[in-house]
Amino acid sequence: MTFTIPIDNGDALKNAEADSQRTLYPYVTGTSIVAIKYKDGVLMASDMGGSYGSTLRYKNIERMQAIGKHSLLGASGEISDFQEILRYLDELVLNDNMWDDGNSLGPKEVHNYLTRVMYNRRNKFNPLWNTLVLGGVKNGESYLGMVSMIGVSFEDNHVATGFGNHLARPILRDEWRADLSFEEGVKLLEKCMRVLLYRDRSAINKLQIAKITEEGVTVSQPYSLKTFWEFSAFHNPTAGAQGSW
Amino acid sequence: MSSIGTGYDLSVTTFSPDGRVFQIEYASKAVDNSGTAVGIKCRDGIVMGVEKLIASKMMLPGSNRRIHSVYRHAGMAVAGLAADGRQIVARAKSEARSYESVYGDAVPVKELSERVASYVHLCTLYWWLRPFGCGVILGGYDRDGPQLYMIEPSGISYKYFGAAIGKGKQAAKTEIEKLKLSEMTCREGVIEVAKIIYKLHDEAKDKAFELEMSWICEESKREHQKVPEDLLEEAKTAAKTALEEMDAD
Repeated sequence: MTFTIPIDNGDALKNAEADSQRTLYPYVTGTSIVAIKYKDGVLMASDMGGSYGSTLRYKNIERMQAIGKHSLLGASGEISDFQEILRYLDELVLNDNMWDDGNSLGPKEVHNYLTRVMYNRRNKFNPLWNTLVLGGVKNGESYLGMVSMIGVSFEDNHVATGFGNHLARPILRDEWRADLSFEEGVKLLEKCMRVLLYRDRSAINKLQIAKITEEGVTVSQPYSLKTFWEFSAFHNPTAGAQGSW
Repeated sequence: MSSIGTGYDLSVTTFSPDGRVFQIEYASKAVDNSGTAVGIKCRDGIVMGVEKLIASKMMLPGSNRRIHSVYRHAGMAVAGLAADGRQIVARAKSEARSYESVYGDAVPVKELSERVASYVHLCTLYWWLRPFGCGVILGGYDRDGPQLYMIEPSGISYKYFGAAIGKGKQAAKTEIEKLKLSEMTCREGVIEVAKIIYKLHDEAKDKAFELEMSWICEESKREHQKVPEDLLEEAKTAAKTALEEMDAD
């Protein structure tokens, strides 16, 4: 999917608005993020892969990070843009901390900030090529929201990005409940991630699950899911492929 | 120590015949008239305290902050004209931010003090700017451990293990010299600074004051923050007791 606009702006060196200053295509991308609200807060899952086109090039990328005391940000899409967003948020959180007034940024505020940033970039035709998931808990209230690269922003009980929208959300629509325990929530997320692992070609079998509760944010160590490949149809994969030559 | 500048004190770009710049000295007087700010370097960190003179009974406690965080690992205690102090703190925050943006790491305290000092000095070089009427105690914790710097209105910045500015600076310095700072932990340092500030507060001249304290130490995870409530209360009680014992003599 290209994002070119057929205007010739001239030499990038001399002209500040020339094309090379705008994001045209993503290069290193992360795949889906899946997140749900549960009894004590929010759970989010992502794999650790960074694809370079169709190559699964980087296998140790953390696509979820804690923001301040109350929030967790997960990103899919261009990894360098995610890192830039983390820099913006770092400055935001630092300035918030330096007031030292007993207040701290909650997930709703961070989500709003991200929405503004993403939408304004989109209006300048220079988007940050990410779909962001923002989850958090503050004063006992759980929050889970999403912002896309064109600035579409909303909250829900369960969200997913990219392929997760097509493969994970149907599962969540059937099986999500508001009073899921931590173990049930993790099992549900693992079910979604397993489907993504089977069917999304940019997914890798190395994932992390993050938990946000009133106490704070914890991101698990990376681990792998068990997969099953002994389906009889796979035993002799070329059985049905007899051709005329 | 008052000397009349007569004629040589009208502009910061004028030297007197004996080589002094009177405007800068007058700026220092603004610092000397404000509530005392004290900073000490303990074994495991920095403790800073300010005697905040309360101008009006209607002021809320905790307002009118005199100690500000400049980035995560450093803080500044300000004495003198409060609005000038705000400007210096804003500049320090901006310098720290820009250093991190360019070099990817937290600004070393020495570098930060040099940048702030040269900014303060800048305002003593042009006739259309006036010098800052405030002095700053900058405490920070970086790779080289805890460090304490003091920046005066002249733009001088030195590294100290104990510093004081403001009304009671002479008395404070005498008290600090009595302490064995290299063996003291920050917990103990907080109590000592509280004692010093309570001691040098002149009940007759200035009515009420509020004690504001901050620290950067291992316990605060090397981040600049207000001293925790319980420790602050403990320090205040210890300071008041020490004062009563002194009065009893």
